[in-house]
Amino acid sequence: MLLASLILVPFAGSLLAALMPENARNREAWLAFAVTACGLLVAGLLYPAVSAGKVLREEFAWLPSHGLDLVLRVDGLAWVFTMLVLVIGLLVVLYARYYMSPKDPVPRFFSFLLAFMGSMLGVVLSGNLVQLVVFWELTSLTSFLLIGYWHHRADARRGARMAFTVTATGGLCLLAGVLVLGHIVGSYDLDEVLAAGDRIRAHELYRVALVLIALGALTKSAQFPFHFWLPHAMAAPTPVSSYLHSATMVKAGVFLLVRLWPALAGTAEWNWIIGGAGVCTLLIGAFIAIFQHDLKGLLAYSTISHLGLITVLIGIGTPLAIVAAIFHILNHATFKASLFMTTGIIDHETGTRDLRVLRGLRHQLPVTAALAIVSSAAMAGVPLLNGFLSKEMFFAETALVGGDEHWWMSIAAVAMGMFSVAYSLRFISIFFGKPSVAFPREPHEPPRSMRFPVELLVVVCLVVGIMPSVSIGPILHLAVTATLGANTPEYDLAPWHGFNLPLLMSVIALSGGVVLYVVLRRYFNLQQREQVPLIYRFNGAQAYESSMMFLTRSAQWLLQHLGTARLQPQLLMMMLAMLVTPPLLVGTPRVWTEIPLHEPDPLFAGIWVIGCACALAGAWMAKYHRLAALILIGGTGIVTAATFLWLSAPDLALTQLMVETVTTVLILLGLRWLPPRIEPKVLHLTIPRSVWMRRSRDMVVAVVGGLAMALLTYAVLVHPAPATIADFFLLRALSEGGGSNVVNVLLVDFRSFDTLGEITVLSVVALTVYALLRRFRPAADSASVPAQQRNTADPASKQTAGEQANSGYLLVAGIYLRMLLPFIGVIAAYFFMRGHNLPGGGFVAGLIFAVAILVQYMLAGTVWVESHLQLRPHRWLGFGLLLACTTGLGAWAFGHPFLTTHTAHVDWPLLGELHLPSAFVFDLGVFAVVVGTTMLMLVALAHQSLRARRLPGDGAQDYGIADGRDI
Amino acid sequence: MEIVFAIAVGVTFGSGIWLILRPRTFQLITGLLLMSYAVNLFIFGMGRLWVDRPPITPNASIDPLQFADPLPQGLVLTAIVIGFATTALYLVMMIGARGLTGSDHVDGEEPRE
Repeated sequence: MLLASLILVPFAGSLLAALMPENARNREAWLAFAVTACGLLVAGLLYPAVSAGKVLREEFAWLPSHGLDLVLRVDGLAWVFTMLVLVIGLLVVLYARYYMSPKDPVPRFFSFLLAFMGSMLGVVLSGNLVQLVVFWELTSLTSFLLIGYWHHRADARRGARMAFTVTATGGLCLLAGVLVLGHIVGSYDLDEVLAAGDRIRAHELYRVALVLIALGALTKSAQFPFHFWLPHAMAAPTPVSSYLHSATMVKAGVFLLVRLWPALAGTAEWNWIIGGAGVCTLLIGAFIAIFQHDLKGLLAYSTISHLGLITVLIGIGTPLAIVAAIFHILNHATFKASLFMTTGIIDHETGTRDLRVLRGLRHQLPVTAALAIVSSAAMAGVPLLNGFLSKEMFFAETALVGGDEHWWMSIAAVAMGMFSVAYSLRFISIFFGKPSVAFPREPHEPPRSMRFPVELLVVVCLVVGIMPSVSIGPILHLAVTATLGANTPEYDLAPWHGFNLPLLMSVIALSGGVVLYVVLRRYFNLQQREQVPLIYRFNGAQAYESSMMFLTRSAQWLLQHLGTARLQPQLLMMMLAMLVTPPLLVGTPRVWTEIPLHEPDPLFAGIWVIGCACALAGAWMAKYHRLAALILIGGTGIVTAATFLWLSAPDLALTQLMVETVTTVLILLGLRWLPPRIEPKVLHLTIPRSVWMRRSRDMVVAVVGGLAMALLTYAVLVHPAPATIADFFLLRALSEGGGSNVVNVLLVDFRSFDTLGEITVLSVVALTVYALLRRFRPAADSASVPAQQRNTADPASKQTAGEQANSGYLLVAGIYLRMLLPFIGVIAAYFFMRGHNLPGGGFVAGLIFAVAILVQYMLAGTVWVESHLQLRPHRWLGFGLLLACTTGLGAWAFGHPFLTTHTAHVDWPLLGELHLPSAFVFDLGVFAVVVGTTMLMLVALAHQSLRARRLPGDGAQDYGIADGRDI
Repeated sequence: MEIVFAIAVGVTFGSGIWLILRPRTFQLITGLLLMSYAVNLFIFGMGRLWVDRPPITPNASIDPLQFADPLPQGLVLTAIVIGFATTALYLVMMIGARGLTGSDHVDGEEPRE
């Protein structure tokens, strides 16, 4: 759990930070500080084991069937990166406490920062490649949130979006690459992958894996041609930049390359892809950095260039180059984080980051100036500072590997060195010259605690620069041996190696850089140039925006030309697809007779003549005569129910009959709000030609569809039935399910999970109907009150609906049905009880009971029924679901799977022995849900009619009455 | 029997297709009702047609070949009940669309032509 706590604690802290009040700046900072310190403590505890060369692993089962486990793994490299993330994190937290303004919503900041820390540690500690990609994408996500922290600013939103699009797309490539790698190796476990280097390099998919993984790493580390997102990410608060964009997130890319070096490196492809991207990045980044006017912009491009340097070293791929790469990762993190923090201080104190305005700051900020000058010198590679050491190793490697043949590598290295000296000079120029008076704010030294992180980092730069082997030596050795293993080369970290080629290159770079800076400043108007010379046309951000615009436009074009918001064309396409696809897939079915067919029964044919006539007439009438159409279609429904009965499905017949009744009544309730539709004949309108065309087309589709369906049905019916699982159910229903009605046993026992899902759907639909209609006021009634009800001679015309039920219209029918209610209830109970052995069951009984209530509503009216009956359909729903679920869960108590049925044999005093299966209780739940669903829908619709009657004037009062009642 | 059953399914389904291609919400609802009859019958027909052989077993030792297939029946029973629920939902959408847009056209607005 020790390793897991390293990742879990930051995430827990993130959650806690999010819950704190808006202005709790100190508490937030303390929390973040404590979380990070806790991480450092754990990392410290790991040091003895790691320094002994052990690889610590913790595994948690995740998807063992797919060979995927959560693996946390610490070796020297991972430990060094963990320390990097945590130490810089600690300093950034301290710095951020003073940087963030009291007006900023700090809980969000610290919450995101801690989440990022957790994700980054996840990347570093992952021992499983798929898991690594998940954390990788989490860092993209959290960095998106952090860059867009000031989301009221357009540049922050744009920068965040750009960074996320680029890095997350890269992450997807990485995922694909990792999957290919896993396919090659046969495992996603990091240890196995690292051990399989030779096999991977020899595999035919090696190039695919390499390119995909490189895409992931290069986008994350802002390498050419994906470097453009980093400068735009500078819209983030400065602590974020100094954490993510100098020390951690951008280092994830190079970390991954170092991590996978044993598995992937050592081929020409590796050298050219990784090294090539690195060389381009290094030169372009350093060159552009000289011409920036924003301090953070300068640092961003400088970071790009330094990351390029690290990438080149990894691309070179010799063991010594890897040593230099890891060393430079650490060095760059220290000096760049401190420079970003200095920039934040300057911004904070003067109110600007513009290099054209800033000058003479050493007078107002003497300590900060001294610190910044030391770190810039480290960035430029001045001797006795840490930057010098790793840069000299870089020079030595390029000279050694390039040799005489690739001499351009040394030239490029020296050119990059010159550029970096030039932009470092540009950076420190803000401290010299006459003090400016044009600052938005009068600058002062920052609070001691805000400067402390910078001081610490600068001291590290100095100590490492002067005494490398004592200070950084052991730590570097740890990471290097973990990566290179047996290949670990001899290397010497001393600042002085005598007069040799790398030293000459350093001297040329330093002096050349100074000359370049002076020349640019004197003759090329460096301070005021708007564009970067030569390469300003190659604007990655512009290309990104253009491609995004192109994508959006294309999507719009496609939607406009291929999509439609209209329903009819969509349905037409669906119908056509349904007609065309099956013949294309399986060809036309062969229709022939193999089995003896049933003799057509004239009565059966007769009822279907009626059924078909009803369907056709209903289709014909549905536009102008809705009531007639509804009755006709109900006729088809009845014939369907009769067919089920005829063809040995009594349960289906019962259910169909009851559903038919309830559906018809519900639709009848809705008809009154549809607008009247008058036949064009009556209005003397001529129907346009286009409408006739459309109707003919639809008629053709309908006829062909009907024919196809008939043919298909016939083709199926004349084939002998294949062996099915029917025998299983038929043979076991009685012996194991305890019921002779196989369909019912199927529903409440064999497939009861299915039924549980179904009653859940029913409840959801009922609640949806209720929610949709709760605050809804329907359209005005289409028909006016009939003449009889308007006649004032009839006393009932002045009565309310409730009074009418007692002494008004339909009195005989109303009382008759009221008396019938208990009898229908008994019938429902009867069908329920016998369900397990004879046709019936929860569904049917529920529907019968619902119909009993339904007719009361129809004849007595909503007000009367609800003043006499407490229905509470919500409770029926809840009770039913609860009953069904607890019955299912009850099986667990006896050690059986969910929803296992148990049959109890109970001896009753009068009735004798009774089978009481637990499926019976389940069926009771089904019954309650069906009753509740039907009633909830009915009540929701019935209340619409109450509301519709009211005049518009008393709306507020009306809502109160209609919705306050517990229906 | 088979031929009558097949024609019944075809006619009901065809009427349903015609109705769901119509522009009014009520026509759409009735079309879906008819289509659901047809589809339920079709699925039911997958167990073949049996007259007077309901799947109700009198005792444990029976010949399964003498009974109708209970599985399509169970599936269709579920389908009927779910179909009822979705019809109710369509109905509410129909009422809602009419109340909110003032039109009973399926697109919520009268066609421009």
